Amino acid sequence: MALLAIVVAAAPIGFTNSYFYDVGVNAMFNAIVCVGLNLLIGYAGQISLGHAGFFALGAYGSALLTTMYNVPPIGALTISALVVGLLAFVVGRPILKLKGHYLAMATLGIGIIIHIVLKTESKFTGGPDGMSLDNFKMLGFTVMGDRMWYWVAGVLLILAVWLALNLIDSPVGRALRAVHGSEVGAEVVGVDTSSYKVLVFVVSAVFASVVGSLFAHKNGFITPDIGSFFGSVHLVTMVVLGGMASVFGAVVGAVILTLLPQVLASVEQYEAMILGVIMMGTMIFMPKGLLPSLLAKLKSREAGR
Amino acid sequence: MFAAFLQYLFSGLTSGAIYALAGLGFAIIYNASHVINFAQGEFIMIGGMASATLVAAGVPMPLAIVLALLISMAVGVALEKFAIEPARNADVVTIIIITIGASIFLRGATQIILDKEFHSLPAFSGETPIGVMGATLMPQSLWVFAVAAVMIVGLWWFFNRTMFGKAMLATSHNRLAAQLVGVGVKKVLLASFALSALLGAVGGVVVTPITFTNYEAGIMLGLKGFSAAVLGGLGNGGGAIIGGLIVGIVEALASGYLSSAYKDAIAFVIILFVLFFMPNGLFGKRGTDRV
Repeated sequence: MALLAIVVAAAPIGFTNSYFYDVGVNAMFNAIVCVGLNLLIGYAGQISLGHAGFFALGAYGSALLTTMYNVPPIGALTISALVVGLLAFVVGRPILKLKGHYLAMATLGIGIIIHIVLKTESKFTGGPDGMSLDNFKMLGFTVMGDRMWYWVAGVLLILAVWLALNLIDSPVGRALRAVHGSEVGAEVVGVDTSSYKVLVFVVSAVFASVVGSLFAHKNGFITPDIGSFFGSVHLVTMVVLGGMASVFGAVVGAVILTLLPQVLASVEQYEAMILGVIMMGTMIFMPKGLLPSLLAKLKSREAGR
Repeated sequence: MFAAFLQYLFSGLTSGAIYALAGLGFAIIYNASHVINFAQGEFIMIGGMASATLVAAGVPMPLAIVLALLISMAVGVALEKFAIEPARNADVVTIIIITIGASIFLRGATQIILDKEFHSLPAFSGETPIGVMGATLMPQSLWVFAVAAVMIVGLWWFFNRTMFGKAMLATSHNRLAAQLVGVGVKKVLLASFALSALLGAVGGVVVTPITFTNYEAGIMLGLKGFSAAVLGGLGNGGGAIIGGLIVGIVEALASGYLSSAYKDAIAFVIILFVLFFMPNGLFGKRGTDRV
């Protein structure tokens, strides 16, 4: 936790221009979504291939409310998060009864439906052309520029990690891990498994929605493609690559997968191939994910000494 | 009125047949290994792209098609050998990520080895539409139905009448037991990937004259194939076929009567609806949890 704070605070020393800040903000935004998603995937053991949809709903919620109804940004963010949370609650009940690949299919379907609606309802959303919105203003204070966003995102990331760590250590967290271990077993010892699964689904959707709203304000312009199937796959990959059931693993995965395309941009043509190889290679040789595998290695080396 | 309906039905059956083949590909791999292969759509794409490129390069069509099918099967076998087998004991999500990584890799490779353009094949037997009660049917659609039907009958024969097919079925029912009676489980896994790749590639080849293809064509086809397999009940071959036809027909009717923009969304709405009430798909086995 302290280490994360130091890294966030110290990273800008190496930032020579605002481009670095921009990438940094995106990495931390992704990290926050992944911390939420990791609660669902890593701890409760439920997959979601539709979280980019919730992210996009948050973004579009903020865009619509601030531009068309003059709602202040913080209000728009809250309303969007509430609506997304409610939606996740309503669809979560029937969906989370499904298991494994059926759940993957259902969440994927929801993500794709959201994406298509955003793309088609051009009266409200501008369709594939996207829509633009204003800076984030609160109490007469405007967040703008990559530098300021960097610090806002940094603080929020630390807050999100702190929340997640606390949740995991609470009775709720223990119940979730029990669900992951054995759902029937958890039920037998009196865990209301479906409520817990829905709860964590809602929490992770709200994380995604809030970040979506912020992302929209920071970029000033959004298109429906932020909610595409690939967005969702990207998020899940970050969580799994970094390390499931590890809050910091999710952060590491998000940072790596956000930086990777920037690094690979120089070999543009081969970007997809290299990304594919890295995804396969990491999962084959470190099936538990980067961070847990590396930590385990460190530990065994120390034990060997 | 009826002519329009028939027209939608024809186009739905054509794409439905392709979804059914893709869905069967999912089912075969799932049965052999409990892996959902998200690179299934890429087999369809490779089949279409490879045959189109070869034909454009002057290779006679029948030879080009055979080569394209072989290339696709080789890719399937390589995928199993180098990506799935080394990670066999990993989590479901981990393997999903591996197959998604593989699909991204295959798309990237196609884009470099071939190109990013759209390709097409000449229709197998001319482009004179056939009139059927006021609706028109392209001869290529008949090819799609016929080839899909032949593949399905062939598969049925393979799984019920040949020793190796029965061995594959046995493995899907109980892997350990199959191993104990002398089934080469590793060979079964390889065969299942080769077979799925073949199914996908066949679908890709026959549909290319109608829909064209490019390096990204496999994404949506793969997702539809997955939908078909889930709708029918994972691992149920007949279910995957019916699931594919349902998805294809619903989609075509929806784009005809409601809105073409929402055609993909409506297919997924139907699937969600079915899953709400039948969590194991239409014909899936009820799963039991061992504690």
